[in-house]
Amino acid sequence: MDKIQQNLLEQIAGIHEVPQGAYSLRINGSLYGKNSSENIEIVKKEDKPGIDIYIKAGTKNESVHIPVLLSQTGLKELVYNDFHIGEDCDVTIVAGCGIHNSGSEASEHSGIHSFYLADRAKVRYIEKHYGDGDGNGERIMNPTTYAELAEDAYLEMETAQIKGVDSTDRVTRAVVGKGSKIIVREKIMTHGKQYARTEFEVDLNGEGSGAHVVSRSVARDNSEQKFVSRINGNNRCSGHTECDAIIMDSAKVIAVPEILATNPDASLIHEAAIGKIAGEQLIKLMSLGLTEKEAEEEIVNGFLG
Amino acid sequence: MLEFKNVSYAVPDGREILKDINLEINDRFVAITGPNGSGKSTMAKLIAGIITPTSGKIYFDGEDITDMGITERAKNGISFAFQQPVRFKGITVKRLLSLAAGKNASVSEACRYLSEVGLCAKDYINREVDGSLSGGELKRIEIAMINARGTKLSVFDEPEAGIDLWSFNNLIKVFENMHERTHGSIVIISHQERILNIADKVVVLSDGGIAEYGTKDEVLPKLLDVRAGCRFTKEGV
Repeated sequence: MDKIQQNLLEQIAGIHEVPQGAYSLRINGSLYGKNSSENIEIVKKEDKPGIDIYIKAGTKNESVHIPVLLSQTGLKELVYNDFHIGEDCDVTIVAGCGIHNSGSEASEHSGIHSFYLADRAKVRYIEKHYGDGDGNGERIMNPTTYAELAEDAYLEMETAQIKGVDSTDRVTRAVVGKGSKIIVREKIMTHGKQYARTEFEVDLNGEGSGAHVVSRSVARDNSEQKFVSRINGNNRCSGHTECDAIIMDSAKVIAVPEILATNPDASLIHEAAIGKIAGEQLIKLMSLGLTEKEAEEEIVNGFLG
Repeated sequence: MLEFKNVSYAVPDGREILKDINLEINDRFVAITGPNGSGKSTMAKLIAGIITPTSGKIYFDGEDITDMGITERAKNGISFAFQQPVRFKGITVKRLLSLAAGKNASVSEACRYLSEVGLCAKDYINREVDGSLSGGELKRIEIAMINARGTKLSVFDEPEAGIDLWSFNNLIKVFENMHERTHGSIVIISHQERILNIADKVVVLSDGGIAEYGTKDEVLPKLLDVRAGCRFTKEGV
């Protein structure tokens, strides 16, 4: 790994070297290294690029890292990662993609992640996207996530795209079984001429299933964002989708929350708010001695957590 | 310390909110009172630099600050506690106290500021200053922030509003402690007689002008007479 790649790894996973325990590290279109642990097996796919990750039933307090780094300009790849999580697991999965593009051609990573959670499995999935490099070539990431939750399972998904991704089209679909729950927390900041589109569709099919989809975003400069969220309540269930965006400069934000109930016991809520930073927030922080610019940064950083 | 010289302020439609105000503030506690719409909050905003006078000058420690912005005034030693505190999604109480103190406040420092305003630090330092806090909690955090700043001049716009269960005595104690530390002036906009009672000087605003300005012994009896007159009969008692 060179310095650039180490920095990308630091940005998306908070580590400098190959991760401990079970991991799969992909650099510039090929598998750089992988390691299975006693309970987590990582198998390279034979028919297409990507890996299968098998987590044994009952595995608790273990984590698996699967970062992807691209530092070669013009590289385009499509990767399939399938996670098979056994019954009664309690695990953390850290994914993420960092692209450094100092050339003139577009670099693009599209990851298709599928999660199959068995009964009572509990998963925390963290995904960070980051781009840098001073080339004119675009940095493009199009992640697709598909999740199937059996009974009484729990999936918490945290995604963040804070800097440097020129174009993203994220699609997340989930089918939620009896007593299961999915929580999605998305954070996005776009600047320059960046474009980000995120689409969530959750089918609450099981009795007592639940979904909580929250997106917080900041759109600056001439960037554009589109947030689409659809929760389908097909049983006695509860669903909540929320989009909260700060709009700045000449940016554009579209929020399309949609809820659909086919069962009288489905309880669904949607909320969407777009607005600029409130003048009184700036004034309050300036009255503590911050400049207007510092106040703005503080508000944005706090908002995106 | 603070001086208003022929200060007037008119809203864009031309209506004058403050008319030719001349006032010098040097004392420990100065209370500004007066009926609703008399221009009290406007005066506080003029001091903090949130608005600038239509005419006249404002001096702070002899320096003309009339055209100085909010940030610069804050850095020069002016603090302002809002009547309606502002909410921030994602910013914690500890972060706001740190910003107010101008340095990363330690847990024990944050604890001291919060306990002075009657909040248990461990319940609050990591809370976000958002819609999950009640109006009264926000108000106390606002006061704690001014306390953390510890500047020469602190302006409070109706600090007692919304603080129901916390006794007035504690609020007054906060002001006294603050003065002990800063040796500065504390300006309190208030309708509450008990707050006026601790003031060294009382300013009574009426219809955009200063109706009375003097020690509380000079001003309060007149103020209470007027109130009594209003309350019981048109002719007064």
